[in-house]
Amino acid sequence: MLDHVFREEWSRVLAALVGFLGNIDLAEEAAQEAFAIASERWKTDRVPDNPRAWLVVTGRNRAIDRLRRERTLAEKTRLVDLTPPIEITADDSNIPDERLELIFMCCHPALATDARVALTLRSLGGLSTPEIARAFLVREETMKRRLSRARNKIRMVAIPFAVPSDHVLPARVKTVLAVLYLVFNQGYGDGRADLAAEAIRLGWILVDLMPDEAEAIALLALMLLHDARRDARVRDGEVVPLIEQDRSLWNSAQLAEGKKLLDNAATVADSHGTYLLQASIAALQTEPQIDWPAVDALYARLCELTGSPVVTLNRAVAICEIEGPQAALTVVDALDLVDYRYFHSTRAELLRRLGQTAAARAAYSRALELSTTRAERRFLQRRLADLRV
Amino acid sequence: MKYALLINERPDAYIGLDAEERAAISAEYAVLRDDPRVLGGERLQPGDTATTIRAQDGQLLLTDGPFADTKEIFGGFYLIEAADIDSALELAAKLPALRLGGSVEVRPLVDR
Repeated sequence: MLDHVFREEWSRVLAALVGFLGNIDLAEEAAQEAFAIASERWKTDRVPDNPRAWLVVTGRNRAIDRLRRERTLAEKTRLVDLTPPIEITADDSNIPDERLELIFMCCHPALATDARVALTLRSLGGLSTPEIARAFLVREETMKRRLSRARNKIRMVAIPFAVPSDHVLPARVKTVLAVLYLVFNQGYGDGRADLAAEAIRLGWILVDLMPDEAEAIALLALMLLHDARRDARVRDGEVVPLIEQDRSLWNSAQLAEGKKLLDNAATVADSHGTYLLQASIAALQTEPQIDWPAVDALYARLCELTGSPVVTLNRAVAICEIEGPQAALTVVDALDLVDYRYFHSTRAELLRRLGQTAAARAAYSRALELSTTRAERRFLQRRLADLRV
Repeated sequence: MKYALLINERPDAYIGLDAEERAAISAEYAVLRDDPRVLGGERLQPGDTATTIRAQDGQLLLTDGPFADTKEIFGGFYLIEAADIDSALELAAKLPALRLGGSVEVRPLVDR
């Protein structure tokens, strides 16, 4: 119960404290202290009617105490002549929702991408530093340093705690969405479901805060549609390609939710962004009969928008279904993606279907060398074994 | 907060531009100096006028040219005062060096 309250309230409380204190380090410490006190007190006492207000006010008062003790630090913050501790009020109507400001601060392009991801998971997701370190397979010390360097840069270069002005807003929204999608894929690719769920939770928050942002809605739809297939994606520790998945294992409620959001996004948008196109493709691929020409057309537009060879690689699957493996192979072979594992696994599948066994085997082997997850390796090993028969 | 906008240019950026085009670029830089955020700034002579000095084993070592052979070379700077990095970046984005294949490094100054 307490964990749930903490998880839900962390970002709201932290955002309110950053807004009030104007300093993320201070706010983080204050929030941590407030949550620590609460977890002790609420074990025995009744949880207050308004835990959020309680946490914010407690955090504020702790920070003020700390600033009083550390005069030198106080001189550098907004709180030089600070008012007496604030009374805990009965409701939180005076605590504005500043999570959007916090999101844009954590995802500021002046921060390195890995720092944006870590900071977003810590500040918005409320994940602990060890949890984030585990998710990214780095040592706890490394993650701690990454977070503290990021917070340091926020302070040193004055990254604003604000929603960006109109002329940079579209670019900055893109950056935020990219961070969420990175978090999602970190969870999805390696079967670490926690992060995928976390990305979806953050996606809901963002959609809630920016209800007119079509690409945010589309990204949430995309994540829901992908995640709905999670249970079917691995069987006996082995990756199962989309076509071979047991559809009864798909989460139909979540698929429906994703498709509904996709429809919403399509009505809000005046043009198709990259997430809307990707979500539309994902939705088509969950239909009983996949409309491959429609999938191909969406990929064609996505190729135009992104110019990404990875998109062309994915498009090859649709081309294969429409024109056959040889046409698809011609497209794939023209791509410069030799260090990308899915380039080799896609080629291998096409070569296998063309009966070019030796070449298929070489491509599977190369994909195997580049593969990073066990479930993927087992799939590739089985394909290789099948070719030996 | 005070920031330095450190302008790095490609050495060949001005090659092939006629006097009029060069004057237009200089005028753009001059106009930016009138921005209320700008405290000051200077333009440096080309990199081949540089002399680099370093100390090695107690000896002073002089070399002709800038400190390193890089694709871009430091060509000038603005000192500005801006509310936050977004404001500093907005100003930096207007510098003609960007259009000419160069880059601008935005760095906060040490508070004194």
